[in-house]
Amino acid sequence: MKARDLGELAVRNLREAILRNSLTTLGVAVGVASLVAMLSLGVGLQELASRRLANSGLFDTVLVTSRRNIRDFGRSPAKSSALVPPLRALDDDARHEMERLPNVVEVYPQIRFPTEVRYAGNPFQTVVAGIPPSSRGNGSFEGVQGAFFSGPSADEAILQIEFARDLSDQPSTLIGKELVVRYMERQALSASSGTADSADARRTAQPGATNSIDALGDGFSIVPREKILRIVGIIDTEPATGFGGFGSGRLFIPLEVASALRAAQVNDLREAVRVSADKPSYSSLTVRAAKPAQVEAIESAIKNMGFAAFSLLDATRGLRLFFTIFDLLLGIFGGLALAVATLGIINTLVMAILERRREIGILKALGAADRDVKQLFFVEAGVMGSFGGLLGVGMGWLIGRAVTWGTNLYLQRRDLPPAHVFSVPWWLVLGAIAFAIIVSLAAGLYPATRAARLDPVEALRYE
Amino acid sequence: MATENGFAVRAEGVSRHYQMGSTLIRAVENVTLGARAGEFLALLGSSGSGKSTLLNLMAGLDRPTSGTIIAQGCNLSDMNSIELARYRSRTVGMVFQSFNLLPRMTLEENVELPLRLAEVDRPERAKRVHEALEHVGLEKRLAHRPSELSGGEQQRAALARALVNRPIILFADEPTGNLDTATGESIMQLLREIQKTLAMTIVMVTHERPLAERFARRIATLADGRLVSDGANS
Repeated sequence: MKARDLGELAVRNLREAILRNSLTTLGVAVGVASLVAMLSLGVGLQELASRRLANSGLFDTVLVTSRRNIRDFGRSPAKSSALVPPLRALDDDARHEMERLPNVVEVYPQIRFPTEVRYAGNPFQTVVAGIPPSSRGNGSFEGVQGAFFSGPSADEAILQIEFARDLSDQPSTLIGKELVVRYMERQALSASSGTADSADARRTAQPGATNSIDALGDGFSIVPREKILRIVGIIDTEPATGFGGFGSGRLFIPLEVASALRAAQVNDLREAVRVSADKPSYSSLTVRAAKPAQVEAIESAIKNMGFAAFSLLDATRGLRLFFTIFDLLLGIFGGLALAVATLGIINTLVMAILERRREIGILKALGAADRDVKQLFFVEAGVMGSFGGLLGVGMGWLIGRAVTWGTNLYLQRRDLPPAHVFSVPWWLVLGAIAFAIIVSLAAGLYPATRAARLDPVEALRYE
Repeated sequence: MATENGFAVRAEGVSRHYQMGSTLIRAVENVTLGARAGEFLALLGSSGSGKSTLLNLMAGLDRPTSGTIIAQGCNLSDMNSIELARYRSRTVGMVFQSFNLLPRMTLEENVELPLRLAEVDRPERAKRVHEALEHVGLEKRLAHRPSELSGGEQQRAALARALVNRPIILFADEPTGNLDTATGESIMQLLREIQKTLAMTIVMVTHERPLAERFARRIATLADGRLVSDGANS
């Protein structure tokens, strides 16, 4: 029989026992919906975790510090072996060199300093953190109330919600208002303005090497300053972009603005004793890779440049393994419902053979080959599987929407930002439908074979 | 297809035995009988005489325990299930006592069914269905379901379905068994007309001797699975 005729006859047969076949199809749909819902939950949670982790910058960043720390200060660089690259200052030259490494998206310093904020005439103690421009697009500030900074050098601030609540009982009213940030500006002391003692100290430490890494700096003075900033946004969660992150920052300003403030930071005391005055250096730099997979190569390249580099690469491998196993388990639980639905298909088709015994006999008497009868039952199973698959994917998607809605309602009541815990990717939609058809065909194999083997004479005698 | 010695279909030493528990049922026992091309052969016998079993064997619905069935020069015993299905589809037409129309299909769909199985193209199908139904006078009942027809009309529809593939041999198993005398008479008239106009071989099973004597050219009588008489109808 031709495929079109086979399809028409199969659909006609299914329509005849519409209630039973609909219930069987619904069984398949529930099975597929269960599978889709489970896997969508797995995929959604994986994506959520990946997105959050990617936004956190923990797995696509490398924290770079100078290999020289406060403990080995004063040791001679001559002790370095031939295999170990020479010590270098973590300065702008190094930063630009790192920016040129393959797959490096950006390199930025971590600027974080204590400050006193004055708002409505009251002082508030907090910590300011500089935010790189990339934070706008990478989701770190996803869900920000208000807006992100209008530009990299805008005198604007985004407040962490807890700090915003300290400033006002109605945090949302703060947007558009101005506040004053009081901080300590670091002013380098030039060689000419230095004291005789400091000049002596330099000569004692490294004679004739004032521009080297081991030269003592000229030090700096601290001058109180103020900066007026306009509040443009309020963020519920703490954006922690980068390994080492923005730490305990409660007031976020553009990195460029933060850098221009030259505010004294916690590490400045250490830097003051080892950095030359004419070349400012950084206590640490965050290097962001395009993808977590590229972190290893970047980390290695930075180490070869003579810096200490750290990343959390291994943790991502463990995470992937965890979600693979998690998805597998969810798939197995979801598949159980489909297994039950398979039994439903077998039952329906076996019943159909009993009911349509005489019809099978008539078909054979009219010239249907065993193969035709087999194909007819096979197609009927396939049609039920196809409809069940389509319906199941739709139901699974609806379940996902309902669960997402419920989850977000729950999160909202707990003052937490919304989350997409469900994700139904295309591969899952197509895979689930294909799986439903394959399972239905497998379920139809036994009844179809049994129908094909019916003796036409016996079948025609059946009342 | 070639005929063998003028026979459209011929059973040679055919037996068909069934095992019913510990009992062996000899439904047909060593029967040799043939229907010549264009002949109207009636298989006469009482209930359980084996006439329907012999008809099923000749129609390719069943396989003999021993002996051979030669149809159009081919031994049905040598055919595999696909070849046998093709034989039933293209060489043979069948009419049953209980009509055996599919109740959920319209007349048009019922008559079209053998054409679907024979993979005839759709435009050709429509033409042949109309022709066949016209032949039996039901061309205006295309969209009706069997339950909307009388017994005689249903049997005529079944006849149209049997003829639609233009078979060489028509097997009719008690075609008037479920009909009243007048309707049965009209069906028999129709069968004879078809046999004459289309020069078709008809093998008909009946237990009504008067009917066989009125319409068949030759009558073969079976009793207890054996052929007890075979001769031209005077």
